[in-house]
Amino acid sequence: MKTVFLLTQRNVKIFFRDKSVFLPALIAPLILLFLFIAFLGDVYRDSFISALGGMTIEKSIVEGFAGGWLISSLIAVCAVSIAFTANIVMVQDRVSGARHDFTASPVSNSALALSYFIATAIVTSVICFAALFIGFIYIACVGWYLSVADVFLTILDTFILVLFGTALSTLVNYFIRSQGGITAVEAIVSSAYGFLCGAYMPISSLAAGLKDVILFLPGTYGTSLMHTHLMNGAVEAAGSSLSLPAEAMKGVLDGFDCNLYFFDNAVPVWVKYLVICAAVAVLVGVYILLCSLHKKSASAKKKS
Amino acid sequence: MKNCIEINHLKKYYKDVKAVDDISFKVEEGEFFAFLGVNGAGKSTTISILSGKEVRDGGDVLVDGYDPDEKSEEVKRRLGVVFQDSVLDKSLTVYDNLRYRAALYKIFGSDFKSRLNELTETFDLQGLLKRPVGKLSGGQRRRCDIARALIHNPKILVLDEPTTGLDPQTRKNVWAAIDKLRKERNLTVFLTTHYMEEAADADRVVILDGGKILADATPLELKNKYTGDFITIYGTTQKELDSLALPYEMVGDGARIAVKDTAEATRLILSHPDVFHDYEVTKGKMDDVFLAVTGKRIGGGEA
Repeated sequence: MKTVFLLTQRNVKIFFRDKSVFLPALIAPLILLFLFIAFLGDVYRDSFISALGGMTIEKSIVEGFAGGWLISSLIAVCAVSIAFTANIVMVQDRVSGARHDFTASPVSNSALALSYFIATAIVTSVICFAALFIGFIYIACVGWYLSVADVFLTILDTFILVLFGTALSTLVNYFIRSQGGITAVEAIVSSAYGFLCGAYMPISSLAAGLKDVILFLPGTYGTSLMHTHLMNGAVEAAGSSLSLPAEAMKGVLDGFDCNLYFFDNAVPVWVKYLVICAAVAVLVGVYILLCSLHKKSASAKKKS
Repeated sequence: MKNCIEINHLKKYYKDVKAVDDISFKVEEGEFFAFLGVNGAGKSTTISILSGKEVRDGGDVLVDGYDPDEKSEEVKRRLGVVFQDSVLDKSLTVYDNLRYRAALYKIFGSDFKSRLNELTETFDLQGLLKRPVGKLSGGQRRRCDIARALIHNPKILVLDEPTTGLDPQTRKNVWAAIDKLRKERNLTVFLTTHYMEEAADADRVVILDGGKILADATPLELKNKYTGDFITIYGTTQKELDSLALPYEMVGDGARIAVKDTAEATRLILSHPDVFHDYEVTKGKMDDVFLAVTGKRIGGGEA
């Protein structure tokens, strides 16, 4: 276990020492936050007011709602895209030959794999929680309607999404053998994942076919959890302020993916947790299976 | 003397390419063994099989009595490998690199510190420990690579072209450190190289070409078998040289004459005492051996 601890420490150190990788990874959420606020803030403010039937409402509630959407989307995207960046050490070790050095030693493949996984989770957590902290400050500045439970559940959601991003990047990077490969995958994930998990656009606003496909992707459920816990407070505040009927509030929550429907069946919060946690388990399981198949085929070759 | 490495009828094929084609040899404990060959001769493939990184297609391999395919962990504990290119983490300090590599062998705490002290002294690393590997010179980095390979105190040090790209003085320093270890710890050194002068210092040399062993002997035996002797005469006149009626080659201040062996050199000198005032008799060089054995020059190209 001490070997895993030290190898994890090595992987984390390598990531943070490489300023050309670390600084962009740290700045990316801030840039994304700025872009969200600058270009999409008004879109979500208007959408919210429109969902409330155009009624006049306290500015802080609108800002709290829009801020909740922006921060939840930001964290949902970063948890996966940063994980791919953080996992670069695993690929770099193959490219630099460090992996040959490791395989020439008696360290087990499982210890190596575990050290990469934990290091990626640590790096991604550090950056995502830093972004979440800044996000909380932003929401506090514009309109804070989060309960203590919302804050804790958001932290839990972020942690689960980090594990999901780590597991996904570990599995995908298993097949990558070059620096160019990881750069290409990072570019694809950064640009496409936000749309595929319902972070950039509410799923309810997408075309029917696309909506059906997205509902089969586990990241969608993680994003919805973030939306629920960061926007629910503002929606409830709007409901109290305007004395909205339950049906109207449900319409707002439906329109912004806080309520998710799998082919017209409402998905409870616990099922969302189940889906995203099961996805982490499946991704890790497939990764372990691939490693073990690789080991078995090598042993079979040795025996033959 | 006990054999440290035993290889019998080893084969490794990559589709139609016979990277290693039925080779057999033994390396004794404490021996300085050199594997000589051009790029693609099969040297690195053999090392990969020895260290359990590659799976062989045929034959038997034993490292200190253990088969790398069956007892991979035992073999890996006995081997220290210096790769052709440095594989240390360039952004980390020398200390961190050695600490994390030691962890691969479960060497922690005081055990690591005492091993680090030994290696620091042997390879003069004191001033380098806090510096990132990426900021070191080629020679300093190589010393760190060798220290890493020895971090777990292996019985066999495998050096895969360790001095490629180093300047002559650094090469000399690297070899001085390795020689010291051999003498003090009876370390077996398995070297692959294309530097002839390094192979010439080995206890035994195997010349590999196209995956096959073409020669296996001591440097002296190889020189005696594959090249003749050379007499270099100094301070002689053209007339005196012509009187020998033998082909010669001007080398610096002298003229070099090739003879079959030392006995023939002695006969020639004794029969022309008036010509041989100032002379030296030397064996052929490993370059000549390599050329005679493989028909190739090590720098590339056919003879």
